[in-house]
Amino acid sequence: MLNSLLDFAPRIPIAEGTEWLTDKITDVFSFLFDPINKYFGNFMDFVADDVLMAIPPFIFILIIAVIAFFVSGKKFGLATFSIVGLWLIYNQGHWDNLMNTVTLVLLASILSVIIGVPIGILMSKSKTANGIITPILDFMQTMPAFVYLIPAVAFFGIGMVPGVFASLIFATPPTVRFTNLGIRQVSEELVEAADAFGSTGAQKLFKVELPMAKSTIMAGINQTVMLALSMVVIASMIGAPGLGREVLSSLQRAQVGTGFVAGLGIVILAIIIDRITQSMNKKKD
Amino acid sequence: MPIIEVDKLTKIFGKNTKHARKLLDEGKSKEAILKETGNTVGVNQASFSVEPGEVFVIMGLSGSGKSTLVRLINRLIEPTSGSIYIDGEDLSKMDKPALRQVRREKLSMVFQKFGLFPHRTILQNAEYGLEIQNIPKEERENKAKQALELVGLGDYIHQYPGQLSGGMQQRVGLARALANDPKVLLMDEAFSALDPLIRKEMQDELLDLQTSMQKTIIFITHDLDEALRLGDRIALMKDGSIVQIGTPEEILVQPANDYVEKFVEDVDRSKVLTAQHIMKRPETINVEKHGPRVALERMREEGLSSIFVIDSKKNLKGYITAEDASDARKKDIKDLQQIIRTDMPKVEKDTALHDIFTIIHDSPVPVTVVEEGKLVGIIVRGSVIAALAGDSEVNLENA
Repeated sequence: MLNSLLDFAPRIPIAEGTEWLTDKITDVFSFLFDPINKYFGNFMDFVADDVLMAIPPFIFILIIAVIAFFVSGKKFGLATFSIVGLWLIYNQGHWDNLMNTVTLVLLASILSVIIGVPIGILMSKSKTANGIITPILDFMQTMPAFVYLIPAVAFFGIGMVPGVFASLIFATPPTVRFTNLGIRQVSEELVEAADAFGSTGAQKLFKVELPMAKSTIMAGINQTVMLALSMVVIASMIGAPGLGREVLSSLQRAQVGTGFVAGLGIVILAIIIDRITQSMNKKKD
Repeated sequence: MPIIEVDKLTKIFGKNTKHARKLLDEGKSKEAILKETGNTVGVNQASFSVEPGEVFVIMGLSGSGKSTLVRLINRLIEPTSGSIYIDGEDLSKMDKPALRQVRREKLSMVFQKFGLFPHRTILQNAEYGLEIQNIPKEERENKAKQALELVGLGDYIHQYPGQLSGGMQQRVGLARALANDPKVLLMDEAFSALDPLIRKEMQDELLDLQTSMQKTIIFITHDLDEALRLGDRIALMKDGSIVQIGTPEEILVQPANDYVEKFVEDVDRSKVLTAQHIMKRPETINVEKHGPRVALERMREEGLSSIFVIDSKKNLKGYITAEDASDARKKDIKDLQQIIRTDMPKVEKDTALHDIFTIIHDSPVPVTVVEEGKLVGIIVRGSVIAALAGDSEVNLENA
């Protein structure tokens, strides 16, 4: 009986509303989405097929190993791991998939940073922006990542581009948050010093605040890259090629072995990217 | 003309300060206003002016509003009301670009915890103020190097702040402020984070630099000894208001109220008071006019065992004792020259009381205070003790 109290209102059509909104956005912005899909899609294909896959695997592994060697402070551990790990992926016949995955992660991460850092700066400077954006970030991070796939398909169809779009939404928040945090953490006295000598806002930002916040921002970027990588499997559900697609198809066919191999490839890639970005951060300290 | 003039400068923290301002005008206390409105009075109608080349110390305990006051002067904190005039221009009414210009050219600040940029080398730190004015690299590096040489850090320019000790870091802070060649230095508790020996060293060095540079310095401190050492004048703050402004001697000897009196109670007066504060008018005889007979008579009249001898131009010649004078009279010596002794101690007018102790202890006759060979006063043991005891008869008029 008491439950009837809860029925004072009919069901609110949130689902219908969202659908309506998505349709509307698709219609209205199709002039934007279609060229993005076309040109960005072409660009991604170019990066994957004509750049990354054009590099002979042997050279690619060597380059990564050299980078790993130098960023980790001329130690052999990470370099050795990179060589063995990447060779293993090659050995399992997943090289093309790896290159597709790298393309997806790389572009999603770069776009996340390009979008995320300025938003983080804005949040650190404006209380209002901080108040508005923080709940949006919470929403973006807690909403199950699968949900982003639906509008991504509506906007961009299937393939690599909607994959990047979904990754972008999922992976940008850490960069925004850490940028905001890093700038806010710059000590009061340093900000005062910058002001007291007559810095303009831009001078203060680029000469004092961003350099001081760099390691925090880098930690955020590291998180963003990891999240983008974790979207690889999910994005494959809407046709993004790469290691994730192998995992997904193994799941659909219940092939434990192939699934494990593709999953192992993702793990290896994750470790290499994580260690390299982290060491870059440490080195600068 | 004063270089800085601060007029009824007030800062009230918190939202909606209107009501608090009204209460403040009615003369309500800081506590009463906090209770009634929730607003904190940072600085309450501070007014003072600073002359070019002066070291003006603002002193107060923590929470007295001194750090707020110095930040109001360069508007790191926006004043609630009141004006700051620098070279006659009202800083409080300037727009941002004009304010930036003043900060770049006229005001530099030195911070308590140094405020150095850890990601920049010492040289890059020192040239920061010039760099943001887009001064060509070579020129600004030269100026920054000169400033670093001045504070004795010429060899460290490529180190990072983290590699330097506290005292050295604050030298960098000072060099960074000096590199701009500002008219006014704002020093916010600049030496408070240093340990006592280094602090004293830095104070000495600042005074040395000041004699050659003649900057106007506004120095914030909570340390009374530091204030007395450095300040040409001192403003004492309590609860956001300036309680007294005066020279160190005035603050010590003529405290404006009980608070100041209590504040200066424990001060080592011997380091602040100088010979001129405690000297007395000397009894003298003129070597050109008088003989032993007059000398003896004078000593008898004044109850002295010795008397100082001068010439007509008041140049100090020496002293004669009663014993020598009566001997001379018996032997019928007329000329004082033959019995003058010259082993009396001499000090300058600005010799600290502290340094007079040992001199006066070893001396059988009063200590003479001499200015360019002329006798201007004498100091007896009694007046030293009276001055240390806080006797307010110490005369400021001599100063």
